[in-house]
Amino acid sequence: MPYKTTIEGTVFRFNDLKDLMAKATPERSGDQLAGIAADGPVERLAAQIALADLPLKTFLTEELIPPETDEVSRLIQDRHDPIAFAAVSSLTVGEFREWLLAPKTAQQQLEDLTLGLTPEMVAAVSKIMRLQDLISVASKREVVTKFRSTIGLKGRLSTRNQPNHPVDDSYGIAASALDGLLMGSGDAVIGVNPATDTVEDYVRIVALLDELRTRLAIPTQTCCLGHVTTAMKAMAAKAPVDIVFQSVAGSQKANDGFGVSLSLLREAYEAVRALKRGPADAHLMYFETGQGAALSADAHFGVDQQTMEVRAYAVAREFDPLLVNTVVGFIGPEYLFNGKQIIRAGLEDHFCGKLLGLPMGVDVCYTNHADADQEDMDVLLTLLCAANVNFVITVPGADDVMLNYQSLAHHDAVYCRETLNRPPAPEFERWLVEVGLTDEAGRLLDAPTGLTDYMANSRLLGI
Amino acid sequence: MPTRAAQSFLLDHARARQAVWSSVDWASVEAGLNELGLGIIEVASKAGDRATYVRRPDLGRTLSAEVAERLASMTPGCDVAIILADGLSASAIDINAVPLTRAIVARLSARQLSIAPIVLASQARVAIGDPIAAIIGAKVSVMIIGERPGLSAADSLGIYLTHSPAIGTPDSKRNCISNVRDGGLAIVDATDLVVSLVVDMLKVGVSGVGLKAALDVLPCPDANGR
Repeated sequence: MPYKTTIEGTVFRFNDLKDLMAKATPERSGDQLAGIAADGPVERLAAQIALADLPLKTFLTEELIPPETDEVSRLIQDRHDPIAFAAVSSLTVGEFREWLLAPKTAQQQLEDLTLGLTPEMVAAVSKIMRLQDLISVASKREVVTKFRSTIGLKGRLSTRNQPNHPVDDSYGIAASALDGLLMGSGDAVIGVNPATDTVEDYVRIVALLDELRTRLAIPTQTCCLGHVTTAMKAMAAKAPVDIVFQSVAGSQKANDGFGVSLSLLREAYEAVRALKRGPADAHLMYFETGQGAALSADAHFGVDQQTMEVRAYAVAREFDPLLVNTVVGFIGPEYLFNGKQIIRAGLEDHFCGKLLGLPMGVDVCYTNHADADQEDMDVLLTLLCAANVNFVITVPGADDVMLNYQSLAHHDAVYCRETLNRPPAPEFERWLVEVGLTDEAGRLLDAPTGLTDYMANSRLLGI
Repeated sequence: MPTRAAQSFLLDHARARQAVWSSVDWASVEAGLNELGLGIIEVASKAGDRATYVRRPDLGRTLSAEVAERLASMTPGCDVAIILADGLSASAIDINAVPLTRAIVARLSARQLSIAPIVLASQARVAIGDPIAAIIGAKVSVMIIGERPGLSAADSLGIYLTHSPAIGTPDSKRNCISNVRDGGLAIVDATDLVVSLVVDMLKVGVSGVGLKAALDVLPCPDANGR
């Protein structure tokens, strides 16, 4: 169905819902690359005005990608809960924005609404919200998950310690992980993106991370971010797999490109559950996403990249994950051109994920061919802390030497703890004090003798 | 973070940015390659400038009709086409492309392989090598391109080899050698790899993920030496 808006006598027409959504999306290079973006700021605003008047329930009858040919659309349809939706079913997208921002809408109301919302509704409302709106609402929505640590409690910030190494050298990974631990990073997960892709390497990496964790009694979990099929083979070989990782996207075709389907993910989920390595109520999956993934696989079907991203959250939500991370600036300037676009996308993804009930973290990052730098990352990190983000990624010196991009430094986590008053998960916070890394107030101590003596006098890793 | 460490990070980033946003000094590349006597052709993709290039990978993979015509006017047919492309690092080409190309040409010529005039492509992505090599009529294309700079190295070259290159060739049909630079994969070692891949590809008529499997089924007397 076509849509239109009239501004001072000029009529703006939009062919259908996905055209309206794409043209209402704040400017980003990926939608321009796809040829679906608004022509300029006035057409964009016309689309946003038309979108604000759209009844939320339109998204239940008008599909952007037909469920007949796409299992993600089918999942979204099947999981929609009309009873939960009732609280906002009579609202337009614009009224929904006001409802979200209203002081009386708090944690309980947002939690009750979670399964009543579809990704498309959430994407739509985010398009007419400015950064402050996205932060205000997200900060009201606490999503807590648990394994050995409790992640996402309001007022706290967890970190993924990401000890990547260009050739997966065991000592290199261990040294990098320790570097992060000494700066207090790693309560969300200690997770390696492997440079290699064999089952043997996967098993070696999870085994060494598990040994590090158990020897130092760190209340955290570890992960090798290999492909889900590699993880399944490693689990079959009895490797110590805490949580299973996979990249996911918002259409069946894009997931095909990642070599996954809902049934394969379900199989992996059952396999990791059967290991029973965590407490009975532990969350066991770790997903990564990022705007532009569907377009780069030519699997976006003319839908804007931000809506495609939020559809990926429907996939993640199906498996009750411990962590969901949008790798926001990794994909490059053809999708998010500069710091401004990366910052907005990071806050959109966090907001949309939280509304859908996901434990959202953000890899605050950029590549060297994007028009962005560490100051843009300072801004995004500070805003994300205001928005109560569950976790961020940190690497030594902000330089990931395997993936060749810049993320946050372990030092940035110290800034969040000490300047923004965001302590880590309570179990990890206690561990940092016990091993002498921080004082009771969470400040890094100069000489954590407890830990360094132990490390100097023991063969830390049997490698 | 100590001042010196913070500034050293900024310097690495500045170098990487400069590698992305500056232009290759093609005149000096040309001067360095002239004596090979193969001839040199300069082409540009449809991405007119750097700002367009980083936003529009599709244009960086496409030749203009005028360039395609110019290439088509050459005598077609040869074993190997060598293409040098700026990619995302002008410094990688400025520093490493001439010695690498000279080494590869010397080794391939010694094997009596015919080599097309060297193509210098600006605002170019890897896949622009496909239409170029297809028009030239090369059996194998060797695309030498500036890699996206990291902080530790802004001057790495990547080399992509493709048998029977044609528009639309999937990446799975390419073999890739990366991190070619001083301090990474040395030029002499990269050259060995290129020559052995070209020879293998010409032998079995396959490149990419299928190459290893195709070689495995060949009776291959020198397999141990490889």
